[in-house]
Order: sequence, then C-alpha cells, then structure tokens
Amino acid sequence: MDPHRKRQTRLVAALTAALLLAGALIYTSFTASTQAREPSQLARSARAGQSYQLTGRVVPGSIHRLGAALLFRVRDRRGGPSIPIRYTGAVPDPFRDGREVIVDVRREGGVFVGERDSLVTKCPSKFSKAESRQT
Amino acid sequence: MDLVQLLLVLAVLTVAVAVISAPLRSPRGDREREVGDVAELEAAREAKYRDIRDAELDHRTGKLSREDWESIDRRLRAEALEILDRLERARR
Amino acid sequence: MPALGRACLILAVGIALYGVVASLYGARARRREWVDSGRRSVYALAGVLTVAFAVLEAAFLRSDFSFEVVAGHSSTTTPIAYRAAALWSSQEGSLLLWVWLLALWSSLILFVTRRRAREVAPYATAVLLGLAAFFAGLAVLMADPFARSSPIPADGVGLNPLLRHPSMMIHPPMLYSGYTLFTVPFAFAVGALITRRLDAEWIAVTRRFALAAWFCLGVGIVLGARWSYVELGWGGYWGWDPVENASLMPWLTGTAFLHSAVIQEKRGMLKVWNVSLVLATGILAVLGTFLVRSGILDSIHAFGASTLGGPFLALIAVMVGGSVALVVSRRAQLRSEHRLDSLASREAAFLLNNLVLIGLCFVILWGTFFPLISEAVTGTKAAVGPPWFDRYIVPLALMLVLLAGIGPVIAWRATSAANLARSFGSPVGVATGLLVVLVAAGVGRPAALAMFCLGAFVAAAVAQEFWRGVGARRAVSGESPSVALAALVRRNRRRYGGYVVHLGIAVLFVGVAASSAFQHARDVRLSPGQSARVGGYDVTYVRPTSRLVGEKISLGAVLDVRRHGRHVATLRPTRGYYPSLDQPGLGAIGRYFDGQATSEVGLKAGPTQDLWTAVEPDLGPLQRFIAAADRRFSNASPDLQGFIIAAIVQRYQDAPPPATFRLIASPLVTWIWIGALIVMAGGIIALWPAPLSLRARARSARAAAPAVSGEPERASA
Repeated sequence: MDPHRKRQTRLVAALTAALLLAGALIYTSFTASTQAREPSQLARSARAGQSYQLTGRVVPGSIHRLGAALLFRVRDRRGGPSIPIRYTGAVPDPFRDGREVIVDVRREGGVFVGERDSLVTKCPSKFSKAESRQT
Repeated sequence: MDLVQLLLVLAVLTVAVAVISAPLRSPRGDREREVGDVAELEAAREAKYRDIRDAELDHRTGKLSREDWESIDRRLRAEALEILDRLERARR
Repeated sequence: MPALGRACLILAVGIALYGVVASLYGARARRREWVDSGRRSVYALAGVLTVAFAVLEAAFLRSDFSFEVVAGHSSTTTPIAYRAAALWSSQEGSLLLWVWLLALWSSLILFVTRRRAREVAPYATAVLLGLAAFFAGLAVLMADPFARSSPIPADGVGLNPLLRHPSMMIHPPMLYSGYTLFTVPFAFAVGALITRRLDAEWIAVTRRFALAAWFCLGVGIVLGARWSYVELGWGGYWGWDPVENASLMPWLTGTAFLHSAVIQEKRGMLKVWNVSLVLATGILAVLGTFLVRSGILDSIHAFGASTLGGPFLALIAVMVGGSVALVVSRRAQLRSEHRLDSLASREAAFLLNNLVLIGLCFVILWGTFFPLISEAVTGTKAAVGPPWFDRYIVPLALMLVLLAGIGPVIAWRATSAANLARSFGSPVGVATGLLVVLVAAGVGRPAALAMFCLGAFVAAAVAQEFWRGVGARRAVSGESPSVALAALVRRNRRRYGGYVVHLGIAVLFVGVAASSAFQHARDVRLSPGQSARVGGYDVTYVRPTSRLVGEKISLGAVLDVRRHGRHVATLRPTRGYYPSLDQPGLGAIGRYFDGQATSEVGLKAGPTQDLWTAVEPDLGPLQRFIAAADRRFSNASPDLQGFIIAAIVQRYQDAPPPATFRLIASPLVTWIWIGALIVMAGGIIALWPAPLSLRARARSARAAAPAVSGEPERASA
C-alpha cells in the first residue's frame, strides 16, 4: 500500500474508532444517568421505584434520628412544599438545618428512601456573603 | 478618603505614569533593535547546541538509528554554523 | 485604607486597557516605543495590584472589620496564618489574587523576553492585559474586595472550620498560579497565530511557564485530594465532583501540550495540535475559574448562584470563538513539515498520547456538563455518577500509563522488529513476571492487575533509560557511575526530569488502582467494648472522649486496633461541633451543638495499607438535657452557660450511647502521595534552570569565537 493510502486508512480508522467511542459514551450517559429533580417536582410526580437525584435544602427542625436511619425533610432552594426522606449511611460533616443537599432517592409509599451513602451536603458557600454568615 | 490615602494614591499614580511613559519620552530606536537581534541569535544558538546534544543522546540510547542521526547531526551543525555567522555579523 | 485599595483597582483597569491599546498600536505601526510602553504597563499593573493586595492582606492580618470581606470571612479568634489565607476564601479576594498572580507572571515573561520574540510579544501582551482588565474590572464593578461594612461589626464571622487545614491554605494559590501561568503560553500562541510566526519560537520562550503551570496546578489538585482524604468524614480522595473536574481538565490538556511540543521542536509536526492544545488549556483554565463560582452545576463545592456567571460566559465565548477563527485561518502555516512514518515510532506514541489525554478530558467534560446537556436535549436535568466516569476513565488511564512506559524508550521515525525487542524486552519481561506472580498469588480484579503490571513496565522502562544514559555518558567521559548519573541528569534536565515524572505517575496510578479495587469499608454502630473487623484489622471501641477547645465541642472515641492479635495502633477519631452564630430559633445552649460540624479522622497510614476511621457520636440521648438547659439557662451568663455545656458533655463521656463508625481499610493509599511527590521532584528537576557556571562557560566560549568543528559541549541545558 503506498504511503498516501496508508495514511488515509489510518485516519479513517482513527476517526471511526473515535466516533464509536464517543457514541458509546454519549449513549450510556443518557441511559445510565439519574434524573435530577427538585422536591417540588417530586412532590407532584414521582414514579415508585425510580431513582432520582434530589437537590434541595434541609427544612430547619426536621432532622430526627430513628435508630440507624436519619429522617429529614427537603424543600426547594427557593422554598415550597417539602418531602420526607429516610436515609441510612454516611452523613457528611456539614449536614444540618438549612444546608443544601444532594441525595439519590427512590419513592416507597409516602416516603422517599435515600440510597445508602448517597447523601452529599454542599460545603457552605465560600463565595456567597449571605450564606457565609451561617457558619 | 483621608489625606494620607489621597497622597498614597497620587504617589502610586505618579510612579505608574512615569514607568509607562518612559519609552515614549525618550525613544531608544536602533541600538535597541541590534541588541535584540543579538539576543535572539544567542538564544537560537543555545537551542541548536541543545538539539545537537539531544540527538547524540538519542542515538546512544537507541532512539535514533545511525543513518538518521548522522543526517540530522550534519543538518544541525550546518544550521549552527549559519547562526554563528549571523551572530558574528550582528555583533559588528 | 479601603479607598487606596479601590483606587489601585480602578487604576489597574485603566493601565490594562491602555496597555492593550499601546501594544496593538505599537505592533501595527511598528513603533517600538509604544510596544515598550505597553510592556511597561504590565510592570506597572503588577506594582499597582501588589499595593492593592497588600492593603487587603494587611486588613485581614489586622482583623480590620471595616472591610466587609474581612468581617465575612475572618474573626479575632482565627489563627494568624488562617487569617492571611482567609483572603482567598472569599469571592472578591480570590479574584484579586487571580489577577495579581496574572500580572506577576505576565511581568516575568515579558521581562525575560524583552529582547526576544519581538513580533509576537506585543500581541501576547495585549491578550494578557485584556484578561487582566476583565478580572480587575469584575473586581471593581461586581465583586469589590474593598467594600466597606456598615455597621462595622465587633467581630467577624470567622473562617469555615473545614478550611482550617494547611492544605486548604495552599490549595487555592497553587491552583490559581497554575491557571494564570497557563495564560502565558495561551497569550503567546494567540500572538504567534496573529503574526503567522508559527515555528517553535513561541513554544520555546514559554516552555518554562507551561511547565511551571502544569506543576502548580498538579500540586493544587493533589492537595485538594489529600485534604478531602484526611479532613472530610467521607474517606475518599476523588469524587468526580464538577469542581475537582474543572481543575483536572486544563491539567490534562496541559500535559498533552508539554509532550506534543517536543514533537514540534524536533520534527516540525503536530503544529495544529500544539496551538489547539494550548488554546484549549487557557480556555479550560478560565472555565475552571468560572465553574467554581457560577453555581450553574450542582456540586458539593458549588459556591452558590452568583452574578459573575454572565461576564465569564461572555469571556469564554470570545476565547473559544477567537481561537477557532485563528486556527482555521492560519492552517496553511500550521502544516506539518514531516509525515508520520510508522505507527511504531516516537511521533506516533506522542500522537496517541495526545488522543488519550484529549479523550480523558472529553469524558470528564461531558460528564461534568451532562446535567446542562441533558436539560438542553431532553428537557430534564440528569446527572451521571462516579460509576459512569470510572467506566471510561479506567481504560484510558491504563493506556496512558502504558504510553508513559513506551514514550521514553521508543525510537524516532520507525523501528524494526529487532530494535523493538531490544528496547522493550526488559520492561515487558518485568511486567510479565509480575503478572505471573500476582495471578499465582490469587489477585483478581483485571483492571487493577493490569495497572500493577503497567506500573512495573513503566518503572522498568525508566530504569532502563537511566541505565543506558549513564552508559552512554561513561563511554565518552569515563566517569564513575554516580558521577555520570549526576552529570547526565544535570545536563539533560528536561528529559530525565520527565522520566522521573513518568515514574511518579505510574506509582500514583498503582496506588489509586489498589485503593479503589481492594478497599474494605464498613459502617458499624458500636458501644464501648464492642469490636468490628475490617480488612484484617480488629477495631475495638475502647471508650468515648470529650473535650472543650475554645468554642469547639469535641466528642470522639478511642479505638484500639489489632492485627493478628497484636496491637498496631490507637486511633482517636472525633467530631467537632462549632456554635451556630446566627440561626434563630436555636437555644442558647443548643446552638453549640447545632452549628458547623467537622470530623477529625483517625488515620493509621502505612506502606501497605491505610486504616481510616471516622466517628459520628449519637447526640440523641443528650437532646433532652440540651432542651432542658435551653429552657432554664437561656439568659444565664456566658460563664454559667459554659459550665452547663461542660456538664452535658461530661454526661456523654459518662453514659455514652452507641456511636456510628465508618471504617475503611485501603491498600497502598500512601503510594498515591508518594507518587505525587515523585512527580513533583521530576517537575522541579525539569524546571530547574541551567547552572550559572554552564551558562558562563557558554558565554566565554562564544567570546573566544570558536570554530565549530566539533563538540558543542558547553551549551546550557
């Protein structure tokens, strides 16, 4: 094969491989992702058994421990209806009333069960003056 | 703003303006260009020397075949000679 | 003093804008004095911003609460070192730090190249000053570090306790140094494209800056990972969080650029790659700075929605648009001087390296921005988690480590089969030998196994290179091996420093593979006296601990750790509770237990395995005492309140409820940090300037005007 054809073949092969990989990547990202929702959305419509990534604020006064489980309520950043969460697993240090949290939940009856160890609490904002006062 | 701060601001302003406008007040022109030429050529020479040594090390550690090395070495040395010539002329 | 600082900032914007105009005019009209004036405005900018920075830093050190940022991020009880670092824990202060560092590095590069790259430098100056004007303008208009507090509080809010860690003091300046140092090659690439001077000159003058940028950014990333591991109650060092990813992406493209630049210098190839990589790195550096403060992505570090998002997006759009336009319009000058001869060549290996690093960057970019992408495409926000990232990162990382072993050894242009065998025989042999040993020992987990063997491959390849280099030198100079080694490294710093970096990367990845694949983690509830078993360790909860340190309540445990019956360590994990300062509705006593909590990790680090422990005390049984104390002592004096708190805390000690423990046994974690240190050492070797004696000899050799018949031995490295 003369050099020019060799280079062309290489280029085509490389581009095809790249496209296939990119395609696999893009496809799996859409199928393997968890839908991100806010509490108000889940309060309205949540399919039982489906996993969602919930982002919201912990309602002050709602945190209780029941044995090994942690119970609390989460509502939208801007306020609104709250939904109850039952969570087992590691609780991050910054977790407390009013903090923004991200947790993977699944609806079971009237309560949303948090997936184990999926609770993430946002570090109190370094870059927002209002929040920094809540140290 | 109190007086001390005002004076400090003025001082900073004055220094900044002095530094920035110096070339405009007394342009240096051609001599500057020559010095620049020499600096460029010296840098090119150092880089060429480094390339020559790198190629030799590449050859000795098996990364460059004998034929490749010899042709590269010849070319680089010719280029180095050319740079040295230009450097000589630029210095005069 | 705030007025002085603010005036300096405004002056900085003015100087920067003037410098852009002066540099561009001087370049186009070919009037040297205007170019020089533009260069000097960079020096003036650095001076003015130094004054501004000093004013702000002094305010922090003095605890001058008339400055709003000081009141918001520091306090009289903050230790002095953290007071200094609190400057960059604020939005406003961090912007000032960013633009100050930019001005410093810009001054340095322009001073060093004041007589070189004279066609390209003015345009590079304009780009750097344009960026400086943007950041300084943001500080003046939208995030003023010198805003005054009214009224002036008696004491500040204080620094978030999670940030009171030495790593967190150095992490932001390191990251910002990395980002701002990368803008230097970015600016010179733009200048080179504009002036169509696309040989290797712009690379050569900015090489050290690109390397220093890569170094600082890498240190910043590793510090962040280390802080996460030892300070947070989570036990991991990397979570694929958007903010972590934001700093990793420019580091990946920067690594690709550093490698691919070598190919352009030696063979005039990969020119399009090089400009594209460095432009992408600059854009990603600004993107990283933007992500951290924009709030557009949900992240553990998301810094709240701020108003700075708009301007940053505009800047990034300009950078992207401009870069694409420049590269496309200059593609004729970017043509390769040579073609790829063979796939078994150094050029091909470096090209493949570029592809792998770009691939890694693309995966991370896609995963990080996926919530926004999915929202745009499907209308709903969706997120991908670490398992998705791992699926693509792991194979790419394996390829990267493989290339790290191939690159130093493989020959230029083309290799015969015999030559390949000669070059790669030993490293492949070592790797295969290790594979046999590990499989025989029953080690499963194919990905981790592959990484161990590839790590051995890289180590053997690097050792072989040093061996051959020493041999080559001794053949000429007859020195003893150790002298030859020192001389070899001293005269070829970039090369051998780079090989050391490869070794460090391999060690680091081996540590990552082992600690991910073979980790044992358990969450257990233990009462005093009870034990749990994890990863071969028997961990017994001996007794609770309680301490009052200033305003912090510290509750924890003493853990006795045994292995095969023998005592190996006593760990003391604790949880610290800081009082909440302003949440209404909390009782006077209760607020001490309801504020910020931090974990003190109990860590036994070792060469083979780490045992990581964290405790979460159960405050439930104490709640009724706290509530009762709130009712009775809400108006008591602080001294009495302190006494009551001490009594409640003592109660925890006397009648401790079961506490929840997180126990993680991870093999080879320490090697991650050791690998990072080796990488740093290699980076320092590569960065180190040639010794003055060599340079002086070069000058004197030149003065004697030698005829170049032979050895140019006196050239500097």
